[in-house]
Amino acid sequence: MLLLPRMSSNLARLLLLLLFAFSICDAVALPGPISDRHRSAALELFAPQHGSFASLEESYEALRIFEILAVREKPDVRATTCPKVLENLVSSTPLKDLFYALKVNGILKCKVNGDIFKDIASRLKATVKDSKTLVDLYYSIGSLLLIKDQASDVDVLLADADGTFHSIKALSQSDGKWRYTDKPESSTYAAGLALEALAGVITLASSEIDQSKVNLVKNDILKLFDSIEKYDDGTFYFDEKLVGGHEHQGSISTTSSVVRGVFAFAAVTSGKINLPGDKILGLAKFFLGIGIPGDAKDLFNQIESLALLESNRQVVFQEQHIVVKISIPLILSLPASVYSLSNKDQLKVRVNTVLGSAAPPLTVKLVRAFSTVAKDSAVIQNKDLKYDQNSGHHVLDVLPDKVDVGIYVFVFEMVLHDADGEKVYATGGQIHVPIYVTGIVKVSNAEIAVLDNDLGSIETQKTLDLAGNDIVSLSANHLQKFRFSFQLTTPRGHAFMPHQAFLKLKHETKYEHIFVVGNAGKKFEIVLDFLGLVEKFYYLSGRYDIELTVGDAVMENSFLRPLGHLELDLPEAPTSKAPRLPPLAVDPYTRYGPKAEITHLFRTPEKRPPTQLSLIFLSLTLLPLIGFLVGLLRLGVNLRNFPSSAAPATYAILFHLGIAAVLVLYVLFWLKLDLFTTLKTTALLGVFLLFVGHRILSHLATASAKLKSA
Amino acid sequence: MARSTSKDAQDLFRALWSAYSATPTNLKIIDLYVMYAVFTALIQVVYMAMVGSFPFNSFLSGVLSCVGTAVLAVCLRIQVNKENKEFKDLAPERAFADFVLCNLVLHLVIMNFLVG
Repeated sequence: MLLLPRMSSNLARLLLLLLFAFSICDAVALPGPISDRHRSAALELFAPQHGSFASLEESYEALRIFEILAVREKPDVRATTCPKVLENLVSSTPLKDLFYALKVNGILKCKVNGDIFKDIASRLKATVKDSKTLVDLYYSIGSLLLIKDQASDVDVLLADADGTFHSIKALSQSDGKWRYTDKPESSTYAAGLALEALAGVITLASSEIDQSKVNLVKNDILKLFDSIEKYDDGTFYFDEKLVGGHEHQGSISTTSSVVRGVFAFAAVTSGKINLPGDKILGLAKFFLGIGIPGDAKDLFNQIESLALLESNRQVVFQEQHIVVKISIPLILSLPASVYSLSNKDQLKVRVNTVLGSAAPPLTVKLVRAFSTVAKDSAVIQNKDLKYDQNSGHHVLDVLPDKVDVGIYVFVFEMVLHDADGEKVYATGGQIHVPIYVTGIVKVSNAEIAVLDNDLGSIETQKTLDLAGNDIVSLSANHLQKFRFSFQLTTPRGHAFMPHQAFLKLKHETKYEHIFVVGNAGKKFEIVLDFLGLVEKFYYLSGRYDIELTVGDAVMENSFLRPLGHLELDLPEAPTSKAPRLPPLAVDPYTRYGPKAEITHLFRTPEKRPPTQLSLIFLSLTLLPLIGFLVGLLRLGVNLRNFPSSAAPATYAILFHLGIAAVLVLYVLFWLKLDLFTTLKTTALLGVFLLFVGHRILSHLATASAKLKSA
Repeated sequence: MARSTSKDAQDLFRALWSAYSATPTNLKIIDLYVMYAVFTALIQVVYMAMVGSFPFNSFLSGVLSCVGTAVLAVCLRIQVNKENKEFKDLAPERAFADFVLCNLVLHLVIMNFLVG
């Protein structure tokens, strides 16, 4: 009866929630550009142990990050790192350490003797000629490039650059990936390494490489980008399909390796590489979407890749046109996505490059804004945001009157002032942002009444100011009805449907009953007919506390308010169906609290006899022994038969000693030994005893036989 | 009648005692040893009856050790007794060696049972 309108309003609410969920799907929280949080994370993750870093690779990563992010409080590790660098700048060092030593030297600029570079360069040139594996070629070519920057007098040019180019290109595959060696396992990470190495070969070539070969590599890059993966929000990234290959690299390492390779290659070739701007923006979103990585290597990969994405400002004037190789992504972010109507907030938007620097001159347009409830009608259309020079924000000064409390999706677009800018920058088209507009919802006209029977004649009626603290005290019996109503109005004067509007009646015995308050437009009303609720209330008469809860995400003044008491008189429970009261909910905090202490009941030990009794009987046990000895004496026991001559005498003594030893062994066994050692020793003693015993007994036997025959 | 039965008992006892005195000394030694073992077992049984059989394995070890050694001594006596025609060819030293060996094994088992 009362359930049906309640159910339908519940259903309506559920559908509304689902609608909210679906409409926000394509509008996701935007990742912001690099900020000071990244700088402090860098200082934390790259903290030197005892003044230096664990390896040259880590030293390089740390120094490079501090350089890119312009970290002010970076640790000074010159004194400890330079000696390590000098130590590793020897011909015999493995290629990887040599590579990183040179990289660190490039940043720290330690004092290195020029001859060292010459020495290393000749070794590296030999390696480049001979090696066939991608990793070796990568490190040697990279090291030669670094030497070129650090010691301009050393000759690093490759004699057979074409050959080297060819041997690297030979490892490529048709899908844009590269192999590490002749073995067939290929990977995207290797593609990044290969592209960097090829870029190095082009720089180090003594004579220019054939342009057709370079174009082949450009095609490889495009094929590689065809295999790019994406998330639904426009993020693009690279990942390895083969798990457990050469050294499995995660998506961050793989993507950053490709970015390094592609940008290195783009830097040394002329002409544009036709990579679509949305993919570049997607890569930027991927790296920014990581947030603050917890791993040092991930942080380095993130920052270095973003720096490359930003700094590819290959702004070359060619006949008055700006030629840029790969688009530079611009990031739109909002400092806050919740706007309060009562605080009269302003909508603020920032546009930055990925590392947080200023964007070129542009205007942010608010293409349209619509409520998630009514997606077709736009509340705002085509407004330009004003740029505030001081703060660097684009500001929408006033939200128009049509904007009421609720959840909206704002669609932004960036329009660059420079017409050619579209080719240079990747802005990402229309960007959907969810915005929560909150405000104070007016709660008014609250009335509580107790009505008599079906005619609805009012017995008591009270008005309530829900903003204040007053409470009401009512009484009713089971033949009456309870009615409660109030009104909710948004700041703009419209009807408001909150997520929660509950009325709770709680009995003194802690049994509570919750009802949903339904509405018709602005008016919320609930009528409780006690005649039908008698069973639901378990026939419990007495005092019920009334509580009202009204809440919503966009309502700034959500409240849970006790309204007062209701003395309810219900009939007695019929004895035939005595109501079984359900168990009360346990206070959830006690459920997980400490349990009662269990005292372990130990098995009562057996009653042992008193010690004296045991000792008395021990001595009693020895009595028969004494009796035995006395009896022996009385019988006239003597040792006349003990052999007198030497050999048999020793055997006799040994025999007795052997028996005594075995008995002592048994006592030890009882006291502390285990069966195995006892058995071993018994076996040994037994053998001895057998031998000795046999001798003495056979001697005695022959002696007695002689006596008999004699 | 009572006097005659008690006199008969006394006479019987005296006859037995004189017959027993005729046995060779080594057999008497063995008999004494058997009596010693049996008495020790009896004392242990009385103790168990008094205090209960809680560490039952210790009671068993004690009693069985005594009983076992008594049994082995009886075997020895049978084998050593010159009047026993069955074991005429067996040298008494051999019987004694068997007695010693079996006792050692018995006591090893007893000790293991006592401990475990």
